[in-house]
Amino acid sequence: MIELIDISKKLEGNQVLDKLNLKIETGESMVIIGRSGCGKSVLLKHIIGLMRPDSGRVLVDGRDITDMNSKELNALRSNFGMLFQGAALFDSLSVLENVGFRHIEYTNENINEIQKKVAECLSMVGLEGVERLKPAALSGGMKKRVGLARAIAMNPRIILFDEPTTGLDPIMGDIINDLIRSLHEKLNITSITVTHDMKSAYKIADRIAMLYDKRIIALGTPEEIQNSTDPIVKQFITGAAKGPITNGA
Amino acid sequence: MKKTNFAKFILSINGISRNVRMQIIKFFVYLGGLTSLFAKTIFWIFIPPLRKWQTLEQMARIGVASSPIVLLISFFTGMVLALQSAYQMQKVSAEMYIASLVALSLTRELGPVLTALIVAGRCGASITAEVGTMKVTEQIDALETLSANPIKYLVVPRFIALVVMLPLLTIYSDFFGIIGGYVIGVGKLNIAHSMYVKMTYEPLALKDVMTGLIKSFSFAVIICLISCFEGMNADEGAEGVGRATTSSVVRSFIMIIIVDCFLTALFYFVMR
Repeated sequence: MIELIDISKKLEGNQVLDKLNLKIETGESMVIIGRSGCGKSVLLKHIIGLMRPDSGRVLVDGRDITDMNSKELNALRSNFGMLFQGAALFDSLSVLENVGFRHIEYTNENINEIQKKVAECLSMVGLEGVERLKPAALSGGMKKRVGLARAIAMNPRIILFDEPTTGLDPIMGDIINDLIRSLHEKLNITSITVTHDMKSAYKIADRIAMLYDKRIIALGTPEEIQNSTDPIVKQFITGAAKGPITNGA
Repeated sequence: MKKTNFAKFILSINGISRNVRMQIIKFFVYLGGLTSLFAKTIFWIFIPPLRKWQTLEQMARIGVASSPIVLLISFFTGMVLALQSAYQMQKVSAEMYIASLVALSLTRELGPVLTALIVAGRCGASITAEVGTMKVTEQIDALETLSANPIKYLVVPRFIALVVMLPLLTIYSDFFGIIGGYVIGVGKLNIAHSMYVKMTYEPLALKDVMTGLIKSFSFAVIICLISCFEGMNADEGAEGVGRATTSSVVRSFIMIIIVDCFLTALFYFVMR
């Protein structure tokens, strides 16, 4: 279980998160929605320890990661996988080296074993025969899939997805949504996704949390969020130009 | 009226001094960042595994790939140095000292400084652009999520490559600079071959070469720290990476010249 308790964070003088609280159960698929620039990615980076809060605690399976040293944090991160917004594949490495990064760096497995594991991960995301290619030779959708394969390569218990469908055409976006959902069910993992794509959120989520004005203002199942009477939630999920969000109410 | 002007003057002085204070604080914050990066780099050098393939790759990029431009610039610098000294030396019929002057100026000063400036412009800029691009495309964050330390992975191979290759490039630059001086001395100024060679090596002591190498070692540390630090702190977007790259080259140049001045004074007073 992941618990965010009273998280506050200021970036360049702006308060991004203010006493934010959220609990994510083991094995659930949590989707965090909110407007662009509202602090969703910052929140995700707190969960994996890439950022430390100014105040508050982040508990992963009961252990506070905010006061862990880098060694403890690295050990904890072996339980995590993360898909970045732009996939964040290492340009200088091939697909094989990207997906097999942790195997190459931290295990004594020989190259044949690593190749086999990488091929398995790639086939899980629907890719074959791309191991020798460099990221520059891949399309946006392929990059996301390779990023996904890298995220699941060491059998993590928790996967974080940062805007998984941004920059993709609707069909490729839906393929990625299906992939995330099927991986979540197949691998029995906890997944946390931040997105502003409501189609994606409804498809992936067990529960949806809405981040607005530095806090979580709504939390519920996709149906509960869809039927919410909160005017802020309503405006966001319907994508209306006029409403309390744009009026500053 | 006079009082108002005086108040304006005081306010403007106050404004200037506040600006200066801010710049001084920024400078020390920057210096603190470099020192912290240096300490972390030294720490991670001794933590296995040593990434030898990445280090060798960086050595090839920094050392081998820079050798043609270093050869060209040092060869022509040696020629120019010989010609410019001939302009004065011929007036007092002391042409034979041209060889010594070329050899000493190159090994003690011009070889290390010119090589460091070339490497800072060529490789320092490329390191900042590469690391900066990795920063803005979240590749450095990705490294951390994969439990890899960015300093171990990115800075250490470049640091080792620079501190090994820059002194080697300096020796190479010294040699071709002396050859450049020889071409002018023997070919144009009619100094005898044996005399030129004798006057090159006779006044040249090991400590002259060593002071040059100590300088180039220090310059290598400066180039690596500044270029990696600027890259790791690049602002978002292509503009941010561009700004970081420019800043890396300018700051490396300034630091190289300042440290050169300091080391030259130190060697002058301590190793006379």
